[in-house]
Amino acid sequence: MERKIRVLIAKPGLDGHDRGAKVVARALRDAGMEVVYTGLHQTAEMIIEAAIQEDVDVVGLSLLSGAHMTLFIDVARLMQEKGLGDVLIVGGGIVPEGDIPKLKKEGIKGVFGPGTHCDVIVDFIKKNVKR
Amino acid sequence: MNDIAKKVLSGDQRAIARLITLAENNDSAATKVMADIHPHTGNAHIIGITGVMGSGKSTLICELTRIFRKQRKKVGIIAIDPTSPFSGGALLGDRVRMMELAMDDGVFIRSMGTRGMLGGLTSAVYDVVEILDASGKDVIMVETVGVGQAEVDVIKIADTTLVIIVPGLGDSIQTLKAGVMEIADIYVVNKADRQGVQQAVAEIESLVDISCSEKDRKTPIMQTISKDGKGIEELVKEIINHFKYLEKTKEIEAQRRLRYEAELIEIIKKSLMNFIFDESKLKNTVEKKLDQISSKEVDPYTAANEILGKILK
Repeated sequence: MERKIRVLIAKPGLDGHDRGAKVVARALRDAGMEVVYTGLHQTAEMIIEAAIQEDVDVVGLSLLSGAHMTLFIDVARLMQEKGLGDVLIVGGGIVPEGDIPKLKKEGIKGVFGPGTHCDVIVDFIKKNVKR
Repeated sequence: MNDIAKKVLSGDQRAIARLITLAENNDSAATKVMADIHPHTGNAHIIGITGVMGSGKSTLICELTRIFRKQRKKVGIIAIDPTSPFSGGALLGDRVRMMELAMDDGVFIRSMGTRGMLGGLTSAVYDVVEILDASGKDVIMVETVGVGQAEVDVIKIADTTLVIIVPGLGDSIQTLKAGVMEIADIYVVNKADRQGVQQAVAEIESLVDISCSEKDRKTPIMQTISKDGKGIEELVKEIINHFKYLEKTKEIEAQRRLRYEAELIEIIKKSLMNFIFDESKLKNTVEKKLDQISSKEVDPYTAANEILGKILK
């Protein structure tokens, strides 16, 4: 049985900077994963609906506007509520060190800032994917 | 009946999504469920959408869906993008053009990689069409990868095939003529606000006019500007007309039989390959034959016959 890791890469909220999301999407593709890219300006509800339909193993959120404490947490809570607790959530963007413990507690298991090597993200996903 | 089958038949999004994953991964758990749902299929109109990359297939599907939803039809969308032959990964980006459909629970979108299959589709696409059909979708649209000339598998699965063309391809329309240009039930010239649209339409018209087909239906050529939603209602009318034509002429039965044939061959092919390359089955024989071919003890045809002989005995 062939099993491929499926990842949803989404940009919640209003910032329009998706270069980072694209770099990560490409790195995951090159690591043999199937990456569904949803584009900009996603609401938490849109992300969860796409995650359900695409039956992904991982949701990757990218945000550079500074609203991660609201939007990442909204997505994580709504995913729990909708029964997607077994989906691994990771996030990236401009996230101050001090915010990371709270994000992890809310279920964003990996947070990756600028300068992170792509291999680190790939390895993290491979090690932590739950299904 | 299996629990997941019941949920799929009731239209449960998560059950549909999970069953698609099982089918796509060739999981044996899918087989039983597929058997349960098969009697409940055959109600959806399956529309294939193909064309070169960047011709606007995804945007067109989004606009078509908008009209089908106004008609209160439930819509399933299968969007296929290429799997890398190097890494086995894929970037599935068709959802970006369909964002406004994300929150409509009458629409189900699934992105899929080709996973090694040539021809513009992916081998699990037959299963996914059955699953969406059984789940009560009235219309299922299958978007192929961006095609070149010879990827024509979509006609095996679709009741109605749209070939999307854009102006400005100029002479390359000529090169498209064998293969993809032969499979259209409806031609769509998209991006019809661009220069060269008359020429593109004229080229296709001349292609349609010299057809010696004895069918009394002439392949229509529609013009659309999908980013502005122009020409879409007319296109939907033609799509529905084509389906009525298939029903009237009973061609629909032949078309569906063709799909089941393609699906059956695909399943047999997969099972056969699994059998041949399974460690516990024929894998050792295959390795031995490869050694013999390399050392010129035996030729590939004889080796193939001997391997097949083991299966057919």
